[in-house]
Amino acid sequence: MSHISTATEQDLAEATAPKRFWNRQRRLGTALVAIGVLAAALFGALAPSETARFTLSEDAEGAALSINGQLGAVLFGIVAIGAGVALLVGVAKRWQTTLLGLGIVGFVLSFLCWQVAGKFMPLVDTASGSLELALPLILGALAGVLGERSGVVNVAIEGQFLMGAFAAALVGTMATSVWFGLLSAAVGGALIAAMLAVLAIRFLVDQVVVGIVLNLFAVGVTGFLYERLMQPDAQSYNTPPQMETWRIPVLADIPVIGPVLFETNFLVWLALILVVAIHFGLSRTRWGLRTRAVGEHPTAADTVGIRVRGLRYANVLVGGLVAGAGGAYFTLVATGSFTKNMTSGAGFIALAALIFGRWTPVGALGAALFFGFAQKLATYLSAVGSPVPSQFLNMLPYLATIVAVAGLVGRVRAPAADGQPYLKS
Amino acid sequence: MANDHIDLTVEPGEVHALLGENGAGKSTLMNQLYGLLQPDSGEIVVDGTPRTFRSPRDAIAAGIGMVHQHFMLVPVFTVAENIALGAEETRGGPLGWLDRRRSRRDVLETSQRYGLPVDPDALVENLPVGAQQRVEIVKALTRDVDLLILDEPTAVLTPQETEDLLAVMRGLAESGKSVVFITHKLKEVRAIADRITVIRRGRTVGTATPDTAEDELAALMVGRAVSLEVQKTPAEPGRPVLKLSGLIVEDDRGVRAVDGVDLVVHAGEVLGVAGVQGNGQTELVEAVLGLRPPRAGTIQVDNEDLVGMSTKRILRSGVGYVPEDRSTDGVVKEFTVAENLVLDMYDRAPYGNAFRLDARAIATSAAERIKQFDVRTPSADAAVGTLSGGNQQKVVVAREMSRPLRLFIAAQPTRGVDVGSVEFIHSRIVHERDVGTAVLVVSSELDEIIGLADRIAVMYRGRILAIVSPDTPREEIGLLMAGITDGSAAPEPGTPGAAEKGTT
Repeated sequence: MSHISTATEQDLAEATAPKRFWNRQRRLGTALVAIGVLAAALFGALAPSETARFTLSEDAEGAALSINGQLGAVLFGIVAIGAGVALLVGVAKRWQTTLLGLGIVGFVLSFLCWQVAGKFMPLVDTASGSLELALPLILGALAGVLGERSGVVNVAIEGQFLMGAFAAALVGTMATSVWFGLLSAAVGGALIAAMLAVLAIRFLVDQVVVGIVLNLFAVGVTGFLYERLMQPDAQSYNTPPQMETWRIPVLADIPVIGPVLFETNFLVWLALILVVAIHFGLSRTRWGLRTRAVGEHPTAADTVGIRVRGLRYANVLVGGLVAGAGGAYFTLVATGSFTKNMTSGAGFIALAALIFGRWTPVGALGAALFFGFAQKLATYLSAVGSPVPSQFLNMLPYLATIVAVAGLVGRVRAPAADGQPYLKS
Repeated sequence: MANDHIDLTVEPGEVHALLGENGAGKSTLMNQLYGLLQPDSGEIVVDGTPRTFRSPRDAIAAGIGMVHQHFMLVPVFTVAENIALGAEETRGGPLGWLDRRRSRRDVLETSQRYGLPVDPDALVENLPVGAQQRVEIVKALTRDVDLLILDEPTAVLTPQETEDLLAVMRGLAESGKSVVFITHKLKEVRAIADRITVIRRGRTVGTATPDTAEDELAALMVGRAVSLEVQKTPAEPGRPVLKLSGLIVEDDRGVRAVDGVDLVVHAGEVLGVAGVQGNGQTELVEAVLGLRPPRAGTIQVDNEDLVGMSTKRILRSGVGYVPEDRSTDGVVKEFTVAENLVLDMYDRAPYGNAFRLDARAIATSAAERIKQFDVRTPSADAAVGTLSGGNQQKVVVAREMSRPLRLFIAAQPTRGVDVGSVEFIHSRIVHERDVGTAVLVVSSELDEIIGLADRIAVMYRGRILAIVSPDTPREEIGLLMAGITDGSAAPEPGTPGAAEKGTT
């Protein structure tokens, strides 16, 4: 039969076609070698030859991983170079990501050895701090995943955060309950999501424009109510109860991981559970299959009897609930009260995490943790009086996103119908 | 109005052909039947009960399946996922936990029962169009359809694949299902249909039996007698004009779409490029026009190197170009006919200069060319988008033939064009050849290529497998289009395809 012969022909053609020299692997390898050399030479030269201590406890005492700062900076720089060289020489495709990760970790560790030399860094505190800072980013990025995998671009995460934060503070204070606060935060986020959904899906307004408008709207509304309602009488409107830290008995005793994962607040668990749930939901369930179909090829979904718009509404609204809950972090976990525009761009970093994480829940988690770590490191560095300006580290999420979008780290591809309204012919 | 009081009855176990020109309203009718569009009046009766279809869901429930002209498959899904979509097998759970094993098994079962080989685990985006179409048919069949609508299913197939498809349709009808076969190809209709309904301008204009002669069917379809043959004298090829050598072009994904093409088109001849859509023809033409930089190789017109030249310069150096996608690349729909006619020369005398347009010169030349090229338009100031496909194409052809040409390239020159306009456009192309222009025609309609071309280059997976004469039997060209080169078709010496013999 003819299709059998075509297969052979294709195999032949692919086998004989010479490959482009500057393929992805070589580009990555070159980049890793470059940052590795930078780390080994620059960080190594700058690092004082003193011991860098990464302690397990809160202070300089107790068990610690120690290394000579200079030695460490050079050593981990060489690790990055090694990973780059391996990519340049050529390895099997499945090792590519591992080596890339190794190279970046090497670079980061080299940097840390330089900065921590002569000082100490509490590991547990760094890890749990990173996770906490990543918390709103995880939830915000998940909201983005839900909307964008079904084809609706959500630039309004920032607005949903702000609405959630405000609602949590207001209702939490009035009801003197963290849980009512969290619940109304979710509802607040869903409110913005509902506006996004109606304007984007029903009225076909450009989704990016709507998102930006909604962000401004949220700033305006919460700012106004803050000044008129909360500021005059903060006691009755803006002193929400704080989310307690819960401790799971046996598990919390595991070193490092225990205090980070099992001695924390409910929101962290919620976020992690949602990552797993949405991951399996998208890949293994009918809802997920349909969501992805609607985001990739809505007309195809329509012709097999799927309600395209209905599914998009549902996903955007659930996304709003999730992002709103993320907003509760700002008033119920991070600080004890609402202030004007307090999310200050976190929603956009969540958007960056979504893109950096390639529109997948697990990728978004990884990206959010990475960004959270960068923020935590920034505060650590300014605390120990590092010469590196903390602004550099705060730039990291945006730099990383630019690198990701430029296609340097794997192929970043949005769902095919992302941002396109569905119109029946 | 696309449809105006159409009556159509389809019996169980029959293949019913719906014949009509592009734009006659066939697809509109079927989209109503499939619930994608709502009719303003009239009723749909299935097995004796009147039904209303608000969405495809209702149509599917009534046992109607459809294979759309543009496939409704999610490219990044596997075959099994695409087939399951909308009718997923689940093991319950709040979101419906997918039962992938059962989906796979259903696919294999249907595929075996109807003799339609598909690989349930392959990604759809990696499949050739013929295989994608099988997936579409399997998708419809797993839903237990009684009536299967196939909308222009053969447009993307090689002649051999078309044969296979017709056999599948025959088999379905024999198993008691009804098949509606939408097409404008007369040969296929006569080969397969039990009954034929002809539609013109949204009305049923007659029914026919498959033994009706081809030109009779064509007359019914068009509304007047038409000549299906292209009238032309033997070519008198002159100097070589277009020379491609070792041309390699990549598509948007970086895959080699054109993979080492050597080709010469002489003055005064029509070279036809035959091949199933997606075998690199688009990229080949785009490379010549400077729209897509080639990775390697040379492109010369009269020994002048075109690689690296801007498209504007290439066009003005004497290359005419009818693009394959008229609505996005051929015309600006919102502009008037007159404006579209000077899109290439608006900044040149007599139409204008760098600062202004000469409205009078534009109007005069428009009036002239509308007449000369038989463009049926209410006025020169009508927006091109309001014209029929055929007349839009005439505007493109008129514009491109108004420059002094050395080379004329027409990609899918008659796609979406009514039969009357096809005749006219073909005669203009032949005329262009007769005045000594080198002509390159790319078409996925083999009949068009055979009718127009003096030499036929068959393109397959980015290579020219052979250059044959238009007298070569259709079957042989068909085999070449499927990449089979071990027939008696002897590629010209030096053709890159020559080395490929025996790969089957």
